[in-house]
Amino acid sequence: MHPVIPYVTAALLFGIGVYGVLRRRNAVLLLMSVELMLNAVNVVLVTADTTVRAALPATGQVFALFVIVIAAAEVGVGLAIVLQLYRLRANIALDTVPLAAPDDTVPLAAPDHTGSPTAAGHAVTLSDEESGVDVN
Amino acid sequence: MTVSDVLLLGLGAVAVGAALLVVTTRHLVRAGLYLVVALGAVAGIYLVLAAELVAWVQVLIYVGAVVVLLLFAVMLTRAPIGPSEDLDRPGWPALLVGGGSGLGLAALLVDAYRWSTVDRDQVGDAQRLGTEIFRSWVLPFEVLSVLLLAALVGAIVVSRPEVGRARPRPPDRGER
Repeated sequence: MHPVIPYVTAALLFGIGVYGVLRRRNAVLLLMSVELMLNAVNVVLVTADTTVRAALPATGQVFALFVIVIAAAEVGVGLAIVLQLYRLRANIALDTVPLAAPDDTVPLAAPDHTGSPTAAGHAVTLSDEESGVDVN
Repeated sequence: MTVSDVLLLGLGAVAVGAALLVVTTRHLVRAGLYLVVALGAVAGIYLVLAAELVAWVQVLIYVGAVVVLLLFAVMLTRAPIGPSEDLDRPGWPALLVGGGSGLGLAALLVDAYRWSTVDRDQVGDAQRLGTEIFRSWVLPFEVLSVLLLAALVGAIVVSRPEVGRARPRPPDRGER
């Protein structure tokens, strides 16, 4: 067995994941690209477990299991954040998310009890900022 | 070229091709289904590399749970059924960085391993991996359980904005 084949596969998967993270606007597609990158790391770990003679046996496979668990936790929290963003903005395009809250007294994750007028105000300022970014 | 080399080449080609389709397709749901193909091919690579338990955990957790979560998110964000035109940013920086990192890492690994051959020693089945986890890696295992609990609680708190509020308010636009 030639270990260079899975190594090259893992490197190409990682590059494709980086491309997807930088290319995609949709937050769910970005999470899918992150999953591709994590899988590339897992392939490297498992392949290294067969090629490298380590002091402890099966260390690479154990770490691959740990990475899979961390990826599951990551995608759970990430999708919760994405769904909350969709509930607030009705849009999950990542380059329309402002990095700073337009009004510091109203935190983004907790709209006040008036509900929809605040959300509409956020949406208006959001579209203004987006057009300004596009002009730049 | 042995049988395992041919299998690794085929599964690697399937994985890379499906991953390319994931990052280039215009259909959101199809991206999730191509991700199933890519992750399944990676599970096949694990099987050829004699990592049996990791392969089945990959099938259970990634193909079974993570992809289903992603498809749920695609549906809950009301993705259109047909092709979407606004999924991508301008691609040149992404192509440069992604292609550069992927091909650079590939060149580095090819230079490091050339065409060397290695024998697989033992099959990484559940008994061997379980013994190793509970002998050498007990503390990271327990920390991971705490991490999973924290992620669970965090996901619930993030997705329910009325948690920690004085009085619960009714759902405003009927979105749940």
